[in-house]
Amino acid sequence: MRELTLADLDDMVLGATLLGVGGGGDPYIGRLMVRQAMEDYGTVRIAEPADLDPDGLVLTIAMIGAPTVIGEKVPAGPEYTGCIEALSTYLGKKPVALMPIEVGGMNTLIPIAIAAAMGLPVIDADSMRRAFPQIEMTVFTLAGISASPMSVADEKGNVVIFETTTNQIAEKLARAAVMQLGMANGISCYSMTVSQVAKHGIQGSMSYCVDLGRKLAAVQRGEEGAYDAFLDFAKAKKFFSGKIIDIDRRTTEGFARGTLVIEHLDDPARTMRIEIQNELLLAFEDGKPVITTPDLICVLDHENAQPITTETLAFGQRVDVIGMPCAPEWHQPGMLELVGPKAFGYDIPYVPMGGEA
Amino acid sequence: MSRLRLGIDVGGTNTDAVVVDEEGNVLASTKAATTLDPSDGIATALEAVIVGIDKGSIGQAMLGTTHPANAIIQRKDLEPVGVLRLAAPSSLAIRPGAAWPRDLLTTVIGPSAIIGGGYEYDGSEIAPLDEGAVRDFARLCKGKVSAIAVSCAFAPANYEQELRAGAILSEELGSDFAISLSHQVGTLGLLERENATILNASLFGVARRVVEGFHQALVGHGLKVDSYLTQNDGTLMTAEEAIKLPILTVGSGPTNSMRGACALAKISDALVIDVGGTSADVGILIDGFPRESSAAVEVGGVRTNFRMPDLISIGLGGGTIVRTDGGAIRVGPDSVGYRVVTEALITGGSTLTLSDVSTKAGRLTSFGNPELLGGVSDDVVVGALNWVDHQVQILCERMKASRTSLPLIAVGGGSHLVPDSIPGIDGVIRPKHHSVANAFGAAIAEASGAVDRVYRYAAEGREACLDDAKRLATEAAVRSGADPDHVRITSIVEVPMSYLPGQGCRVQVKAVGPLLHS
Repeated sequence: MRELTLADLDDMVLGATLLGVGGGGDPYIGRLMVRQAMEDYGTVRIAEPADLDPDGLVLTIAMIGAPTVIGEKVPAGPEYTGCIEALSTYLGKKPVALMPIEVGGMNTLIPIAIAAAMGLPVIDADSMRRAFPQIEMTVFTLAGISASPMSVADEKGNVVIFETTTNQIAEKLARAAVMQLGMANGISCYSMTVSQVAKHGIQGSMSYCVDLGRKLAAVQRGEEGAYDAFLDFAKAKKFFSGKIIDIDRRTTEGFARGTLVIEHLDDPARTMRIEIQNELLLAFEDGKPVITTPDLICVLDHENAQPITTETLAFGQRVDVIGMPCAPEWHQPGMLELVGPKAFGYDIPYVPMGGEA
Repeated sequence: MSRLRLGIDVGGTNTDAVVVDEEGNVLASTKAATTLDPSDGIATALEAVIVGIDKGSIGQAMLGTTHPANAIIQRKDLEPVGVLRLAAPSSLAIRPGAAWPRDLLTTVIGPSAIIGGGYEYDGSEIAPLDEGAVRDFARLCKGKVSAIAVSCAFAPANYEQELRAGAILSEELGSDFAISLSHQVGTLGLLERENATILNASLFGVARRVVEGFHQALVGHGLKVDSYLTQNDGTLMTAEEAIKLPILTVGSGPTNSMRGACALAKISDALVIDVGGTSADVGILIDGFPRESSAAVEVGGVRTNFRMPDLISIGLGGGTIVRTDGGAIRVGPDSVGYRVVTEALITGGSTLTLSDVSTKAGRLTSFGNPELLGGVSDDVVVGALNWVDHQVQILCERMKASRTSLPLIAVGGGSHLVPDSIPGIDGVIRPKHHSVANAFGAAIAEASGAVDRVYRYAAEGREACLDDAKRLATEAAVRSGADPDHVRITSIVEVPMSYLPGQGCRVQVKAVGPLLHS
């Protein structure tokens, strides 16, 4: 068990932005929430599964809605605590810890703020260790764990609880509820025991996020050897350094899609193309896939190593493209059907970055 | 007929003034030093520029000024503000003033409250306005603050509650009590808009003094003219409006310079580089207006959501210091700034600057005494200018929106540093009067109106929604003084909202037109 303090917050936000792989919602609002929650309620404990009762209940908490709406209808608190309380009542059991479902983007921060308010620890695990656009895209789905029962709440006290047959239906019902509840809501799903988290979750995600952010911050400060240390830590590789020469955006079926083309800084004959669907999904060099979902594609500013989100990508930016292997827990049967290139409608093979498929 | 326009720009170092006729010809121009009380510099520049001009022929006077921006940056003359947010029960997890720098927060933010009110994305109420809480807040603020900033969730789409809260505050505190409503100040993004509204309210005193000083200078020289201030997007607001919305002027300096460059060079699509003594800004003009930044803009360390020109700045100017450490040549990022006139080698000083290098290479002429540069080696000149050329090329590449080649307009006192030939650039244009491009940009500015709101295309259809937005923007431009017969729509941005039902789309429209002659 360790304390997470305001001093860790900057590193965590930077790590969360990187793990957002270009999307995942701006962690800025989440950061302000955590800051206020820590001012009002104190620091938050990050717990290992071994620190907790193996049969204790763990509940996830996340934001669901539209990013533009959340910018205007700022989080209150009850839309998150309401989800936890309702699901807890429904299950007849109090949680011993909260858990992020998505360590990547804004949803990395929300559980910390809510844990501070509720006086609960956050368990050091999650189900993605990157951002993905849909609820069912988790290692829990692969393990056969149901997202339901699931609660969705607003800040006024309206709560719905769903029982669903599949995690795909859970995604659809949650989206439908959110449209009626103001599009800036809390969601809690995948309730499970501490021992289930230990067995099926991605371990150490929160600490990983803080450490990753800290390594990247050292790169940004220009420390000697920091870039290599950062790449080593993430088992990552710099695939390309170049200049953005084309960015084409389109919005279809509610997703922000796009294509990015980067020309190599030293050899203009080499180009990299990146396909975007809310997040950066696939990278091709000279037509050949080199980094593919669920592995992570991170675009960093070539000058200052700041992760660039998909909305702020622009012609002429000089960038580094980093490939990072996804969390090892993803590598199990069913991964490619759930989060591989074909799951996003691309008829190309998965090219494993970590070396093993 | 009052055909002439007077443009004045107060910058960090110089206060520039020009007189321009209706064809855009510069009839007179001058540069004066910016003074501690900027009104003195304005008066000096004004006096010099109108010598020999028939005062009766000047119809309008436009001022671009850094007073409000400097007040925020220096935490000077800011007034305490009460902050009222209409959004509860939403938004309670982030209080007003979150993430403000501590010194600015304690200077500016007085009592604050989040009370029942606000709207949902679909226009329904989050909660009815809690009128009793508005009255309580007014009493809490009485005698403690100079102004109150009111912001409401989704005010850009519906500002009924803001108007009502403003009316109640006036009832309680008197009709002359200063109130700033967020829908008049900013666009979507509650926290950023609230921040901007608070800063705006804290600048009311500064704005009043600027406008009074400007009016006194005009009247003192016998000029009976309509007076305007330029705002961030390069268009005008009347001096009376500027007293209520001073925050909208904080980014006007670079915009005026770019608009001025555009008009002086008589081209509407180009890159612009403004090189001063300390830094160089590069921006891009599309259809005669600067492209606006999509990233959040910080003002004095506070995040806002203004439409500001998309600029990239680096430490590269006439006063930038050049060092030779061993064999290596290092340029900047520090500068001797306006002291270049005494500290550069060429002016008899002891610091090697880019102005010295530029003179030695023949780019800069008629400045100082070139004979003082005997000790500067050719290697240093070549090394430093290679660095300059490379930086300018990178800046231009980063700013371009596509692969198409564009010309580069070079303005400002340090623009001699810009090379004549840059890869990817279709020629460098150095217009006449480029050193007063800012004041010229102010003089030729037009009136505008803008709309930023969420429409649901499924309900009324895309065309009807866009027509509505265009009509609202046009009406706003006419209210700002534009000639109704010549208002044109200058930009339409549609941002489809992910996950939003009913084909929700954020629509931003801007209308611009020449001032209606009185």
